[in-house]
Amino acid sequence: MAGPLPIGDVAPSDGKLPVGSAALAVGREFGAYVHVPFCRVRCGYCDFNTYTSTELQGAPQTDYLDEVEREIALAASVLGIAGMPARQLSTVFFGGGTPTLLPADDLVRALSSLRKTWGLSPNAEITTEANPDSVDAQYLESLAAGGFTRVSFGVQSAMPHVLATLDRTHDPKRVPDVVQAAKDVGLEVSVDLIYGTPGESLNDWRASLDQAISLDTGHISAYALIVEKGTALERRIRRGELATPDDDVQADMYELAEEMLSDVGFHWYEVSNWAKSETQRSRHNLSYWTNQDWWGFGPGAHSHIGGTRFWNVKHPAAYAQKLSLGLSPAAGREEPDETASDIERVLLEIRLREGTSGANFPATVIAGLISDGLITYEAARSGQLVLTLSGRLRADEVVRRLV
Amino acid sequence: MSPRARNPLQPSSTDPAKIRNFSIIAHIDHGKSTLADRMLQITGIVDDRSMRAQYLDRMDIERERGITIKSQAVRMPWEVDGETYALNMIDTPGHVDFTYEVSRSLAACEGAVLLVDAAQGIEAQTLANLYLALENDLTVIPVLNKIDLPAADPEKYAKELASLIGGKPEDVLRVSGKTGLGVSELLDLVVAQIPAPKGDPKAPTRAMIFDSVYDAYRGVVTYVRVIDGHLSARQRIQMMSTKASHELLEIGVSAPEPTATKGLGVGEVGYLITGVKDVRQSKVGDTITDQLKPATVALPGYTEPKPMVFSGLYPIDGSDYPILREALDKLKLSDASLNYEPETSVALGFGFRCGFLGLLHLEIITERLEREFNLDLIATAPSVPYEVTTEDKNTVTVTNPSEYPDGKIKSVREPVVKTAILAPKDYVGVIMELCQSRRGTLLGMEFLGEDRVELRYNMPLGEIVFDFFDHLKSRTQGYASLDYEPAGDQEADLVKVDILLQGEQVDAFSAIVHRDKAYAYGLLMTERLKKLIPRQQFEVPIQAAIGARMIARETISAIRKDVLAKCYGGDITRKRKLLEKQKEGKKRMKMVGRVEVPQEAFIAALSGDTETKKK
Repeated sequence: MAGPLPIGDVAPSDGKLPVGSAALAVGREFGAYVHVPFCRVRCGYCDFNTYTSTELQGAPQTDYLDEVEREIALAASVLGIAGMPARQLSTVFFGGGTPTLLPADDLVRALSSLRKTWGLSPNAEITTEANPDSVDAQYLESLAAGGFTRVSFGVQSAMPHVLATLDRTHDPKRVPDVVQAAKDVGLEVSVDLIYGTPGESLNDWRASLDQAISLDTGHISAYALIVEKGTALERRIRRGELATPDDDVQADMYELAEEMLSDVGFHWYEVSNWAKSETQRSRHNLSYWTNQDWWGFGPGAHSHIGGTRFWNVKHPAAYAQKLSLGLSPAAGREEPDETASDIERVLLEIRLREGTSGANFPATVIAGLISDGLITYEAARSGQLVLTLSGRLRADEVVRRLV
Repeated sequence: MSPRARNPLQPSSTDPAKIRNFSIIAHIDHGKSTLADRMLQITGIVDDRSMRAQYLDRMDIERERGITIKSQAVRMPWEVDGETYALNMIDTPGHVDFTYEVSRSLAACEGAVLLVDAAQGIEAQTLANLYLALENDLTVIPVLNKIDLPAADPEKYAKELASLIGGKPEDVLRVSGKTGLGVSELLDLVVAQIPAPKGDPKAPTRAMIFDSVYDAYRGVVTYVRVIDGHLSARQRIQMMSTKASHELLEIGVSAPEPTATKGLGVGEVGYLITGVKDVRQSKVGDTITDQLKPATVALPGYTEPKPMVFSGLYPIDGSDYPILREALDKLKLSDASLNYEPETSVALGFGFRCGFLGLLHLEIITERLEREFNLDLIATAPSVPYEVTTEDKNTVTVTNPSEYPDGKIKSVREPVVKTAILAPKDYVGVIMELCQSRRGTLLGMEFLGEDRVELRYNMPLGEIVFDFFDHLKSRTQGYASLDYEPAGDQEADLVKVDILLQGEQVDAFSAIVHRDKAYAYGLLMTERLKKLIPRQQFEVPIQAAIGARMIARETISAIRKDVLAKCYGGDITRKRKLLEKQKEGKKRMKMVGRVEVPQEAFIAALSGDTETKKK
């Protein structure tokens, strides 16, 4: 949910979907994303749609659940009018912001509303993101009892100086305890890391990977730090206070992650994601990459339903106001045409371990990708384009050559 | 003070004894146009109401840059001791590139006013033009201008002028073009000192063309000085170099607006219009005669304009190419010395190889193309004409490094110029160092007054066109001035240095340089390109080579990371649009083999600006 909203068509005020959406939804799974746009402090690198209490201006956190429930009701009505097939939710994901700034009961209440409206499929994956310092054993227990199955901790780094540069406030010593507490109540755990922070050495990164591995979870994400426009981090770099993250160093760090993680039994299943088994992959995130349907609730949240992408207004106050008037909070939408859909499919699928189909691409392009070491020969021979290690680092180039 | 003439003399029948033809020789910014403005006012031919600054300079570019590109002749009446005279002031272009035009203008005069800024002293080009005037046996009247300025030092510079042309410092007239002080005295001196023109009114007509300008409404306007015989309206005339004949549709004098007359007699100066549309049909220096009663011998001194500096001009937006062609065709009508032919470049696309008289000429043409035709242009590094003889005794003229013959070269000859540099004496050391490094041979050194020095060098023109002037200016804090004139050619140990990107030659960067400088050039360009060319998906060697021999190498390492780390639900549309945009940007890249180079990188490399690397 980074950056400004895309430029698209104006969304209708009643949120009505285009004719023919129902047919396009057939065969797709259905998921829900709930955006919680609150943080205690804003991290310098973050350009997500989130607000500290002083930035909120008339959209109190306490009313937030009411608004989300209003949007759930609106979504049910819109999907019904469109004649959508009845689908239970396969995955639910609470992200932010910091969802765990809300009391555990609030998250459980939102999940209950979703369950009441659409039902949850058997073995549904229910995840929330969490800051290591915003949860404790009791909080995690409440989540598990309320139906959550998975928690994704924003650990980022084991090194205090790296955490300080990122404005992360948690004490790294606390991480093993909360991870253990989550496991104790039966939650699957993911550890999310960031690499390539200014001032982070390859050894710092190695230490972070070591710590993450020692937590013995089934899932690890590792993201290269992106300096987004308009963030405090970008300003500090522009003023020369911090160095620009170096692409070559980030490439070294990625290769180190792949080496250390695969040594202890992780496998990559998406460019920035590793799991120990197929069942421990994030099914919700996979639904984005495999073009399933999902409804994104909350300010700035994006949805993809039956071939239409739409997105909500960004500010919590504007979001609240629209819903209070009985209007759809959607700000804009887009129905990608065939060419655009093809591009989207390729750029998403190529990021996955399974890759994308090589049919319909010129043999010369595929041969070029093989000879430049970007995709594997073995998979290509059987018609599938799968990135090599150096291809994973240059996936955008691969997509540019394919589309 | 002399009164204004009450009864101006009629053109066509003016007694040569009452005519005075003179030029003003001055450096840019020394106030020639302002002085001319005052003369127009004092003689009364432009009233105060119609006066505007730099009245005679017609093009915007002239007025803004303070340079006169095209000369013009103005006829002014003036009375001395009850006698009325006709003064023809012939304006001369003030720059080094137009020496030939200056020499023709001077050949139309019997005298010259040497105008020097009283705060700056004489400059190299003025000195060169002064020598031209002395060679033409002109009577020179030394004048110090801008004496109203607080920084003026007339005592010092009067001494300098006196030492240059003889005479006493106190004979140097002091004027202010701005306030008009001393201008009437100057006009009196013109009458008193400059000889009247001589010529035979009964001989076959001979008139010298000293300028030729294109006017969108009237076609070519030709400025002439009648030497012998007479020119009249409706007469059929002939150009002696081409034998082309025309009818005189209109003949007249500038006063200063064009004023038709019955004709022009011996010693008179004026304009003619024949209806031709291209200045090449009316060439500066040519002799006009009567078609029915032609003269047998042309006036001396005519030469074809010869381009000395060549550069490729390319539109930055390739779709502007037809506009550039049209623009050059138009400029050619008014500029006989401009020539061009189409060329293509891997790096820059479609453009024109253009020949110029010199660097300023190049600059002026480029600026006019950009300003008058709204074009964005890039010019390749200037080159000069080389005579290259191969082992099998073929000799070719190479104006573009890409035409340099392959295979064994027997010899290369390069144009040489005689260079005069004027500067305060403190800078002699740095100037000598610079000229030595540019293969200059010292011809002589003279003091002008107490603290200024004239240095004369023989130098290869190729060394001057390549940033010499910039270096001279920066090493002397802008105090040095430069003039040069062609002085034949010489054999030199020159080689062509090519620049290769991943083994592919990039034509726009090839250069013909002295063997001793080849390595430095190769190093400069490979380093510059390394800074400017974005990293590719593979390693890219940048090499400099003489023939097959590599002399310098840099390497751009391959991109290792080109992927956005995250791509979740809200990123998809944005990421697709970003990729579409990158794809579009890729189309605009220039391909050198497999290497994608943004055109800005080529442009920056050519202009020496290395701060613009884009990802």
